[in-house]
Amino acid sequence: MAEDPIIKIEGIERKYVMGDDIEVMALDGVNISIHQGEYVAIMGPSGSGKSTMLNLLGCLDRPTAGSYWLGGEDVAKMDDDSLSDVRGRRIGFIFQSYNLIAQLTVLENIQVPLFYQGKSMAESYDRCVKLANLVGLGERLTHRPNQLSGGQQQRVAIARSLVNDPLMILADEPTGNLDSKTGLEVLDLIDDLNDDGKTIVLVTHDNYVAERAHRVIHMKDGHVDREEIKRQAGESRQKVYKRR
Amino acid sequence: MVNYQQFMSTVQLGIKTLLLHKLRSGLTMLGIIFGVCSVIAMLAIGEGASFEAQERIKALGSNNIIVRSVKPPEESREQNNTSGRGSGIRYGLTYDDASRVYSTIPGVERVLPMRLIRERIRFFEIELPCQVIGTLSFYPEIVSIDLLKGRFIAHMDEVYKQNVCVLTSSLAQRLFPYHDPLEQTIKIAGVYYRVVGLVREINTPGDRPQSGESEGETLDNNVYIPLSTCKARFGETLVKRTGNTVNSETVQLHEMRIQMKDHLFVESADPQVRTMLTRFHRDVDYEITVPLQLLRQAEATKRMFNIVLGSIAAISLIVGGIGIMNIMLANVTERTREIGVRRALGGKKRDIITQFLVETVVLSIGGGLVGVVVGVIVPLVVTASTGMQTIITWWSVALAFSISGAIGVVFGIYPANAAASLDPIEALRHE
Repeated sequence: MAEDPIIKIEGIERKYVMGDDIEVMALDGVNISIHQGEYVAIMGPSGSGKSTMLNLLGCLDRPTAGSYWLGGEDVAKMDDDSLSDVRGRRIGFIFQSYNLIAQLTVLENIQVPLFYQGKSMAESYDRCVKLANLVGLGERLTHRPNQLSGGQQQRVAIARSLVNDPLMILADEPTGNLDSKTGLEVLDLIDDLNDDGKTIVLVTHDNYVAERAHRVIHMKDGHVDREEIKRQAGESRQKVYKRR
Repeated sequence: MVNYQQFMSTVQLGIKTLLLHKLRSGLTMLGIIFGVCSVIAMLAIGEGASFEAQERIKALGSNNIIVRSVKPPEESREQNNTSGRGSGIRYGLTYDDASRVYSTIPGVERVLPMRLIRERIRFFEIELPCQVIGTLSFYPEIVSIDLLKGRFIAHMDEVYKQNVCVLTSSLAQRLFPYHDPLEQTIKIAGVYYRVVGLVREINTPGDRPQSGESEGETLDNNVYIPLSTCKARFGETLVKRTGNTVNSETVQLHEMRIQMKDHLFVESADPQVRTMLTRFHRDVDYEITVPLQLLRQAEATKRMFNIVLGSIAAISLIVGGIGIMNIMLANVTERTREIGVRRALGGKKRDIITQFLVETVVLSIGGGLVGVVVGVIVPLVVTASTGMQTIITWWSVALAFSISGAIGVVFGIYPANAAASLDPIEALRHE
């Protein structure tokens, strides 16, 4: 690959201090690089460092050692405010439990990342409506999350993850709370985003979900155990997702 | 705070969030509502009460010193008439006292002597109890009264001992239901007097001691006659028969009002009058009232009153603030997930602080506004139902309102900080 990777993680470590002198090495020298337009799945059993990896990738946490280059910025040593800023500008989050804000409407939920960049609703209205239409919720702009089904809520979350035009979309078990049919729809939507050139990093323990990625990174005991190339970039994806 | 627009949408968000739990927000606000309301209402009632007291004192005249004759206590009375069943006593201020005060004490403008006698006034078949006040022509300039009709007693009436009188309007209304009182002739103790004027006393002299025994009716039923006429017609000795005993009292003047040239003289003249009277009176058969001192006392009392009421109200405001803080802390716990999401989506610590602080301030200012409205209504209701005077001062409203706002900030900072210092990872994982 000719161009530089948008994510370059080198020798990253994350150490937790539990109690007085018990140290737990959640990540121990991980190297990962991800290129623009890639669809990467991270898999691993619990305790493999998968969640820690997710937190670090999402700039919610700082590594104790190593470097993390995200779109040309070294975020490993940033302070709290700068990390917030990076999260707001560079990363789109999709959570397992949707995590919409209960008191806001669909439209307002989509706008939240822009709100924290100081943009008013008037400025971002067009973009938010466009994204709501993209995820098929153009008719429900003024609904509250509790008036939507799980699948619809996750679509709102996807629209929200796109609103700041992020470098990477970070999805944490996006189908974990959904039934297989809506889960499929959501995964198809994510596939579409990837086809449009979005970089996707997806954390899952579900093989069928991971099947859709270009590349699967298997983690074990804080290391990258192995990498599995499913298909080359641009190669048509395999529609093999089935729920057990 | 990036800009005004963002702040406004934060305020909107806060209001929206609070409206999500209407009952909870309402109950939380109640603490502040009661606090603000009680600050305003208590201060209004206190202010009103002291205003009334001060008005009453001011009507006595702040340049004046009032000296009244008082019947000395039984045991110290001089028993100058022990023969038979009865007694005669002599006490009180004298004409000499009045002229001595006028001529010796510096700063005295004039001295108004007064004789007060309880009698019955008669006009044809109507007979009413009344208080005869023998006094001089400058009475209206020292005691605040309104001249409604005719004239007051003139200097020439005094000189010629004219049988003229001036009535208070309420007495005249009862005495002359069908006539114009002016130029009518009334009878007091067998002597006829011509009515020359009608007045209204602004300061109803309810506290004026009655000559002889009090008969309960101290209403506005004064009859003013010239002092010389009074002395000539009634004499100085009042005789009272009850059963077999005869009691006589000899009093020259019942009251004198010393008007000073300026209120600055009042305080120096007060001890001088006292000293002078002790020299000439064996017993303390007089009583000195200095309205200016009463006024000072009333003001000090009012200050105390305000402090006490204010602190009670302030405590209720603080209790309200603690209520808000409590709810906001529960709120932070309940909305941990939301905080995590907001942090993940680019919210900085200070954005979270702003959000929660705005919510608390909206609660407390909302409560403050309602409290101001209720606090303004309560004194009006009190006045309407009890007739007590209340005064709502603008500063009490401003004070209560700004304290409520300050309470929002003070009691909001801790929960807001608690919210902002949550670890986003933990917060996102929170169930």
